[in-house]
Amino acid sequence: MAGVKNFESWIKPQPEGLFCIPGNFYIDPISPVEHAIVTHAHSDHARPGMDAVLATPQTLDIMKIRLGDGAPQRPHPLKLGDNIKIGDVEVSLSPAGHILGSAQVVINYGGKRAVVSGDYKRSNDATCTPFEVVKCDLFVSEATFGLPIFSFGDATQEIRKLLNSVEMFPERTHQVGVYGLGKCQRVISLLRAANYDKPIWLHGAMRATCEYYSRCGIRLGELKPVSEASSKLRGEIVLGPPSALGDLWSRRFEDPVNCLASGWMQVRGRARQRNIELPMVISDHSDWPELLKTIDETGASDLWVTHGREEALVYEAGKRGINAKALSLVGREEEAE
Amino acid sequence: MKTFAILLDRLSYMPSRLGKLELLKNYFRSTPDPDRGYALAALSDAIPVKVPLRRIITELSIDKFDPYLFGLSRDYVGDSAETLALIWPQKETHQTPPPLGEIIATLLPLKTGALASVIGKWMDQCNAVERWALLKFLSGASRVGVSARLAKTALADAFESDIHDIEEMWHGVLPPYLSLFAWLEGKGDKPISSGVPIFKPLMLSNPLEDQLLHSIDISEFAVEWKWDGIRVQFSRAGGVTKLFSRSGDDISTTFPELVTDQNFDGILDGELLVMQNNIVSSFADLQQRLNRKSVTATMLKKFPAHIRLYDALQLDGEDLRELNFDERRVRLESWFEKHQSHHTDLSPILKIKDKAELLNLWSNIREEGIEGLMLKRRATAYLQGRQQGHWYKWKRSPLVADCVLLYAQRGAGKRSSFYSDYTFGAWKDEGGARVLVPVGKAYSGFTDEELRKIDRFVRENTIQKFGPVRSVKPELVFEVAFDAINLSGRHKSGVAMRFPRISRIRWDKPAAEADTLESLLKLVEGREGDNLK
Repeated sequence: MAGVKNFESWIKPQPEGLFCIPGNFYIDPISPVEHAIVTHAHSDHARPGMDAVLATPQTLDIMKIRLGDGAPQRPHPLKLGDNIKIGDVEVSLSPAGHILGSAQVVINYGGKRAVVSGDYKRSNDATCTPFEVVKCDLFVSEATFGLPIFSFGDATQEIRKLLNSVEMFPERTHQVGVYGLGKCQRVISLLRAANYDKPIWLHGAMRATCEYYSRCGIRLGELKPVSEASSKLRGEIVLGPPSALGDLWSRRFEDPVNCLASGWMQVRGRARQRNIELPMVISDHSDWPELLKTIDETGASDLWVTHGREEALVYEAGKRGINAKALSLVGREEEAE
Repeated sequence: MKTFAILLDRLSYMPSRLGKLELLKNYFRSTPDPDRGYALAALSDAIPVKVPLRRIITELSIDKFDPYLFGLSRDYVGDSAETLALIWPQKETHQTPPPLGEIIATLLPLKTGALASVIGKWMDQCNAVERWALLKFLSGASRVGVSARLAKTALADAFESDIHDIEEMWHGVLPPYLSLFAWLEGKGDKPISSGVPIFKPLMLSNPLEDQLLHSIDISEFAVEWKWDGIRVQFSRAGGVTKLFSRSGDDISTTFPELVTDQNFDGILDGELLVMQNNIVSSFADLQQRLNRKSVTATMLKKFPAHIRLYDALQLDGEDLRELNFDERRVRLESWFEKHQSHHTDLSPILKIKDKAELLNLWSNIREEGIEGLMLKRRATAYLQGRQQGHWYKWKRSPLVADCVLLYAQRGAGKRSSFYSDYTFGAWKDEGGARVLVPVGKAYSGFTDEELRKIDRFVRENTIQKFGPVRSVKPELVFEVAFDAINLSGRHKSGVAMRFPRISRIRWDKPAAEADTLESLLKLVEGREGDNLK
């Protein structure tokens, strides 16, 4: 076990993704491999064409729904909190609070522990298990919103903004751009928590994942496909992928108000670029204070930053006496937040 | 501050003009003095304190934030004020920032060096949107998509008043415009301004339609050239000379040579031109002088400004607007004899016997600097706004060229799902091969029905997508109409069209038969061959 303190000797960034040598598996690989552990089912982490995949049961279910034939050949479900021995390493999954089924991969080897957190957030989200801090030596973190300008407030305030606007423009359709997995269901759940009881209209692409969330016992209320609407949906709330907002799809609505629920909406230029009239700052990722708090709480001596604005996070961690470096993994999508 | 922040935030995301007007109207009606007046000042670039924003931002950030992280953040956001607003730590206990009136009253007596610490204290009392709005307020609310004109229009609408009245008073009142608001609300007399140069609403013209030309009696009209410059009002009172744009904006500092060494008392109407050796230069030359905060000596020499006068609204304290055109012209001419200056002259009245001569004159307009004829009814007083039947503009016929659609971009607002902005090209011979080079952009001239058809064509013939832009197969020909074409170093094709619009969609015409860059270049000088086809 010599050299376990040198993490690169047993866990290594490679073109396919992060590779654990003594366990012989990749974490969130971008191209097909034999053995993978997948942190969550977003398409930039859960790619099609894998052979054996270890992940939470929910992540595997969602991969099946979204990837169809591209879903893993040999799925190995592992519940949050359970342990498994793979080769010379011991692996467990811990909640990441990002979307339903999302997990941090905890790897114990030679008395050292590495945690690969995938994407994560610390703020409230009724649609998934909250993030748990795992003490470790090496923490592998994202940095999607890794700049001090990103500090997200309470998401319920943003929902309030939407409902106020619906009240103010009852003759217009509010079309809300949301990422189809995670953000979509979280926004619906937040609307229900704010006592919005009317049916919520969905773009076809979101139907299957919403049905899955409902089957898992997450209360989403009455959802209706836009394709079945017989009117122009005046005064209604419609959820669709961000790319559909300004395109053909949106023509069926009455003078639509373009809304977008994303952490990027904190920057005005981003909202204006996309002709967004009502920006909603709701993120499934950690903001700057959450990233720093989490890194501190893990007690890690080493920090690897996978994707996002890694420059700033590596710099700040370095100032705090942590050995930090950027992995610059390829294939992570910035917009798929 | 709180309500102003909400207003500014919503304005900055509001895509439609009507929506912006609605927001502004509600704000002016529901906000007390003096805050609404200072908000109006910010939106019309008239804030009474000078805040060097860049310096303030540096002073506020330098000790408080890691310069490396601040730099990375600013590069990402692209705006220093917004970066500072976002990066500023949020205090747990949320306090209320002071109202705009208190902000101005506090800052007015302070020296520049003392501003930053006071502004910093207010920042602590704000949330992120309020911090952004505070910095925007102090820097004159730039880049929120509201012009001074729009703010004044909203003010008029809010109190069911006439925008012309507000424009006329505007340069005689100061922030926070207490007397103006009092009058608008019916609580005070109309503010009277004396001893300062003011703007009075212009008399505007209507296009001369073909049928009209047949029906009018030409002897009732004075005929002038329509100069290809910008309409200005030249106003002098109390020893101060001002130059106002057609919307009443003060543009004096951009044209220092015109507002120094004048000696008269009055309000004159005319055309701003660039003139070299008594010859009017192209509009492109005039554009070199527009929208500049400061002017270099080279600019003054290379593009000397000139005002060609054609009317007088007021002279030596006497309002001439009730007089008819001929009477005003007599006053203008006798005034000009006494006040000749080498930066002004009079727009001549053309001697026309009959319609045949008029038509002949119009169809032979070729000179640079003339874009048509003006017909002004001799018996009419100086009326504000665009009223029917008195002044006519008769533009020379447009040039047209057949060009090929190359790129289409999605529009904004109601057109956001339609590819409605078009870049088109003309053929160029490049080493024996014919290629299409972009020569212009247009987004008007077609009906909604035609827009739907073009949109479908764009979607079905896309080569590549670049965000909101698509390149399309070069197959659709537009007949493009434009007022002029100038040589331009800024465009790859070397030419720039003036006012291009789609005049016809040539679904029938093969792209190979569209016009060439060479034939467009022939139109730059002399305008030979009025029509390309």
